[in-house]
Amino acid sequence: MSIDTVERADSTPDELQPFAELGLKEDEYLRIRQILGRRPTQSELAMYSIMWSEHCSYKSSKIHLKQFGEKAPPSDRMLAGIGENAGVIAITDTLAVTFKVESHNHPSFVEPHQGAATGVGGIVRDILAMGARPVAVMDPLRFGAADHPDTRRVLPGVVGGIGGYGNCLGLPNIGGEVVFDPSYQGNPLVNALCVGVLPADRLQNKAAVGPGNIVVLMGAKTGRDGIGGVSVLASATFDEGSEQRRPSVQVGDPFIEKLLIESCLELYESKLIVGVQDLGGAGLTCALTETAAAAGTGMDVQLEKVHLREASMEPHEVLASESQERMLFIVEPSNLDAVLGVASVWGVIATPIGTVTDTGRVRVTWHGETVVDVPPGSLADDGPVYARPLREPADLILLQADRAETLPRPSTPDELRETLLRLVASPNLCDKTWVTEQYDRYVLGNTVLAQPEDSGIIRIDEESGLGVALSVDGNSRYTRLDPYEGAKLALAEAFRNVAVTGATPVAVTDCLNFGSPEDPAVMWQFAEAVRGLADGCQELGIPVTGGNVSFYNQTGAVAIHPTPIVGVLGVLDDVSQRIPMGFTQADDVLFLLGETTAEFSGSEWAWVTHEHLGGKPPRVDLGREQTLASLMQRASASGLVHAAHDLSDGGLAQALVESALRKNIGATVSLGSDPFVTLFSESASRILVAVSVGHRQAFEALVTEHEIPHSVIGVTGGSSLVFRDQFEIPLDELRSAWSETLPKLFG
Amino acid sequence: MKIGVVTFPGSLDDGDAARAARIAGAETVRLWHADPDLHGVDAVVLPGGFSYGDYLRCGAIARFAPVMDSIKAAAGAGLPVLGICNGFQILCEAHLLPGALTRNQHLHFRNRDQWLRFTSVEGVWTGDYSEGQEILIPVKNGEGCYVADDKTLDELEANGQIVARYHNGNPNGSMRDIAAIRNEAGNVLGIMPHPEHAVEDLTGPSLDGLGFFTSVIKHIAGVKA
Repeated sequence: MSIDTVERADSTPDELQPFAELGLKEDEYLRIRQILGRRPTQSELAMYSIMWSEHCSYKSSKIHLKQFGEKAPPSDRMLAGIGENAGVIAITDTLAVTFKVESHNHPSFVEPHQGAATGVGGIVRDILAMGARPVAVMDPLRFGAADHPDTRRVLPGVVGGIGGYGNCLGLPNIGGEVVFDPSYQGNPLVNALCVGVLPADRLQNKAAVGPGNIVVLMGAKTGRDGIGGVSVLASATFDEGSEQRRPSVQVGDPFIEKLLIESCLELYESKLIVGVQDLGGAGLTCALTETAAAAGTGMDVQLEKVHLREASMEPHEVLASESQERMLFIVEPSNLDAVLGVASVWGVIATPIGTVTDTGRVRVTWHGETVVDVPPGSLADDGPVYARPLREPADLILLQADRAETLPRPSTPDELRETLLRLVASPNLCDKTWVTEQYDRYVLGNTVLAQPEDSGIIRIDEESGLGVALSVDGNSRYTRLDPYEGAKLALAEAFRNVAVTGATPVAVTDCLNFGSPEDPAVMWQFAEAVRGLADGCQELGIPVTGGNVSFYNQTGAVAIHPTPIVGVLGVLDDVSQRIPMGFTQADDVLFLLGETTAEFSGSEWAWVTHEHLGGKPPRVDLGREQTLASLMQRASASGLVHAAHDLSDGGLAQALVESALRKNIGATVSLGSDPFVTLFSESASRILVAVSVGHRQAFEALVTEHEIPHSVIGVTGGSSLVFRDQFEIPLDELRSAWSETLPKLFG
Repeated sequence: MKIGVVTFPGSLDDGDAARAARIAGAETVRLWHADPDLHGVDAVVLPGGFSYGDYLRCGAIARFAPVMDSIKAAAGAGLPVLGICNGFQILCEAHLLPGALTRNQHLHFRNRDQWLRFTSVEGVWTGDYSEGQEILIPVKNGEGCYVADDKTLDELEANGQIVARYHNGNPNGSMRDIAAIRNEAGNVLGIMPHPEHAVEDLTGPSLDGLGFFTSVIKHIAGVKA
């Protein structure tokens, strides 16, 4: 078949075009015709369909996401924010950090290994495009029921893919989450976070400035993989036959990405480029139009110059391909040879494919014939925007009325003991070593804390000890019960996980995983969650610097639990002062900070022992979270605290188990008048702290000064967890219960 | 005192190896795979990573790098060479050490803190350790299962060339729990776990890895004296 050129489009205005199959609505198609003043060519139609997809255009979420900017506290730390490849935060006069979390959910269900691997690859290139050296990754993961046969297909593949890609890139994996819930059965979530470090003056820009400058494509050859990844996979609901979408999943090669990282950093250091954009979702289409639109320039591209894996590829396929490990550079002509020289040192392909123009049009030719002639802003910035209808889910009132606080509770010492052992062995609370030991946490030699600690901590300056702490959290049962409060709770937990190490939280990233935006109930959950997160950030005084929205996470009519994943980044002036979560020695005094009330709705206890989900999630007090954070900063700086662990899923019982098993040091604890509530309540804003006897008074004074409710609940030591007047469990027995679950399930 | 660290495309722990050598007191020199010049270094480290993407077979392409020709010749003349993880794989592929490293028996990449026990400390990289000493350093590999035929294994044992064995659990199924071996002359050592990740309190499980680097520094000082 002959190529559909602009000339041909002009002469065949009535040719029928498959816009609906490509995911475009009729009015969207008509708008494209209006913009172009003719029908689009086949290539142009492909470009609009992917750039106007939900995934690329944020058409359903845009009007809600505005709040992140409007409610953001003023900050002179933010060097780049929402809309860039990733947010950039200054942490000293000369150093900056960039981080972002993104989803790769649908590809990871269709093809778990490659889907998850390329999720890591994609977020790493976002960080790289800001001018940073990537220094660590984290992975929040959600799977269906742990004992479901399909989870045995998906989980090992996802974990192997993340490890295979990240390990080979040389990036330590320092944390994340592994959560099981039946709502993810047909739609697991694979989110990936990357953090990078850059000298503040090395910040890169994506704008294709300077007419006459050369457009250079560097990295892997372009193939037929991943065509329609953003439109076919990420912007539609799964149904029967989803496995036939496998060709829409990209295939990664981490070795090329590693070479790309080193090449890019050399180009940045030598100031050889004026603009850079990574190729991810929507491939070359996105990179060409976004860079030109950002600069208000145009571009002439000779598409046949792109190195292809398959010679038979047509122009619309080259433009839509999501082949991995590619970057686009804007280069002044005088630097072109030097840029190609750097690529050749690292053995990476680099090809000049076009020039920047002042026409305001992106024109693409294919062997001399014009196949694309579009205003880039119409694709990159002026996509459709929808104010989708919102409606509270019909079942929410009944769901909230069905409170877990009314469920039968264990009361005798034996029942409490049995409950504790059952909970620590449950898939969500058990030891995740089976997963995390498939990730390299040591490479680069700057990992100060990694999973299962509350935060991952990376040293970024070996001289001064300056470092960053990161945590990602989200509890979708809470969000299902109340998306507004649930989003705040996710933020509070991530904030607290960072603060508990002694770090100062400074910025937020989020990955918002939801069902279909065309369902008003899902859209309501989304709107509420965004409002909660934006309000929470405003109250805590830290901005959202970037993130990602993932809709259509549902198979058939049933959506996943709404799952906002929140990442918080904190700064530690000296990482040697970080506070770990494990008890470090016997005879330390155990403080419980915060208030415990009977809050069991949405809890791990209600789910594991009653398969119950109902009621309202725990109350969250962000003011208290801030006070706790400032207390922990003071305590860490003055060296008062030996260990501290945030209380969340599973309550105090789980925190004690994890802190004791870390270095095999037990504890003796008094549970007060209601042992069940003390052990298993999931009240927010609480921290378990171990302080040496000698520092007890000083610490207590500090806690009192911060007006934080607290109690001394026991002391560390011994080889058991002893609950006075109730029961005790030897650490060996706890460790068996805690650590055998995943190996039994996954081999 | 100069220790060279080679960077192949895909090397990942090269910076860590250089840091460890620096902490031990050496000056470090970065060597490049395509450059046969060893720049007058007194010892060489082949670091961990995935040289050339582990295409074909781990270490199979790296052995043909120009820098390896120089290293092979110099090792024959007594230059101390330490191969860690991917470096160990390269040393086997280059026939500087016998045997091969294959896929972990359980088929997973595995990263954990691992106990080793020294079975022989002769040789230039282990003088600061003692026979029977147990150390804790990270292991992290997907293809760390050491294999060789029985005759080779018997010879390694008889000659004291098995430097360290896994202790308290074998993380990858290596034959006879082998974690590290050396050549007969004692100047070439291959080790699967990562001593360079156990040189600082803040970032490692111990300081047990530093001894490899201090040992070779003392050895070189002795030779020079």
